Amino acid sequence: MRNIFLFVRRYFNLLFFLLLQVVSVYFIIHYSKYHQAAFGNTANQVTGKVNTQYSNIERYFHLKKTNDSLIKANEGLYNKLKVDFELPDTSTKAVIDSIMIDSIMQFKKYTYLAARVVSNSVSAQNNYIVLSRGRLRNLRPGMGIVDLNNAVIGITTDVSDDFAVVMSLLHKDSHISGKLLKGGETGTLSWDGKEPNMITLTNIPKSAKIAKGDSVISSGFSTSFPKGIMIGTVEAVYKEVSTSNFKIKLRTAANFYNLEYAYAIDNSQQNAINNILDKIKDKH
Amino acid sequence: MSSFIKNIIRFVMFILFQVYVLDKISLHQMLAPYVYFMFILWLPFKMNRTLLMLLAFLLGFTLDSFSYHPGFHAAACVLIAYVRPFLINLLIPQEGAETNYDEPSFKSMGGMLPYLIYAAVLSFLHNAWLFLLEAWQFGDLWYFFVKTFLSTLVSLLLVLITELIFTRKQKFRTNTV
Repeated sequence: MRNIFLFVRRYFNLLFFLLLQVVSVYFIIHYSKYHQAAFGNTANQVTGKVNTQYSNIERYFHLKKTNDSLIKANEGLYNKLKVDFELPDTSTKAVIDSIMIDSIMQFKKYTYLAARVVSNSVSAQNNYIVLSRGRLRNLRPGMGIVDLNNAVIGITTDVSDDFAVVMSLLHKDSHISGKLLKGGETGTLSWDGKEPNMITLTNIPKSAKIAKGDSVISSGFSTSFPKGIMIGTVEAVYKEVSTSNFKIKLRTAANFYNLEYAYAIDNSQQNAINNILDKIKDKH
Repeated sequence: MSSFIKNIIRFVMFILFQVYVLDKISLHQMLAPYVYFMFILWLPFKMNRTLLMLLAFLLGFTLDSFSYHPGFHAAACVLIAYVRPFLINLLIPQEGAETNYDEPSFKSMGGMLPYLIYAAVLSFLHNAWLFLLEAWQFGDLWYFFVKTFLSTLVSLLLVLITELIFTRKQKFRTNTV
């Protein structure tokens, strides 16, 4: 017994060093547990507040870019207005099906919730985006996040009272499914940790016809995004030697360098679908 | 100003500078400019080693909180805090020189070269351990070597610039009257 005490006393610094290293590595591996822990939540609130102060200053310098991007988004919306469309044949009578005008929103499945980006990184290997909108204003974990021009940027992983942490597309654990707009083949998106704004699409069979510049959209299979949200465009196509799949380099539609505002997509059926999936998982 | 308050101010300034200035600069994916660990380089000679590691952990953990994925910087900081006393013992010119000055600097380490070796070794260890933990997840070794080498050069340059801009006046203390 005495020898153990002597050993601990003699090598206390080394043991303490090893202990701290183990704690750090534990945090790295189990970071999702860290987020659930109480101090993780507090840390979110504190760093969120500091980041808000900083972004208040930085936002001013990006006003021009934000304006341009809003004008672009508006242009897209104007082009979808009914007044822009004229029926090809004037002899047919236009009848508006009044039943499908959803005035009490009972058919509405997706709701866009605007939020400001208070912190964002592209240079780390695991990037997170922080939004200044949290649980108190209807954000939940698992919501899809898009930028001003409706291009995918990530999924919320952790929500505190006033802030939400978003796992960016530029994160090693981000595995959103993407679909080729032309052929309809579905694959998995991932990031190799190197170049921001460039992601990889895998699991696309070699039978697919792909050209540079093709669009990749969200598949609609996950509960986070509706079908058809823009993810990126094909930049280069490589053939994987050992499999029958392509490996496709994409340029993301969203520019991760200057995110100022974002929309969270609230899927009203998300809980219902996830409950069923959980039940199935419990059974097996 | 007491050493305690001075170090609190340094802690806050280094973290803010790292998070809001250096981390916002993305020159190239191979260059990650880190300078915040100078806080550990500048801690007093006489500090208890346990306290040294604890402070380093706190520094790394604070920086990690801003990137929302804790552990990476904390691990790297604890490593250099652990190695620091050994390195000082090796580099300090003569017996008892560390009692004459408070903190490591050009003057107290006996010239520019020993101090730069001290800074170079610690920034190399910091970057290597940090990028190794990151590369582990991606499994890309070549990337790790190049990034460590280039980032250490950048870190060293930043340390040198910081030393030249913020010259710390240090009193020479001696027991002999």
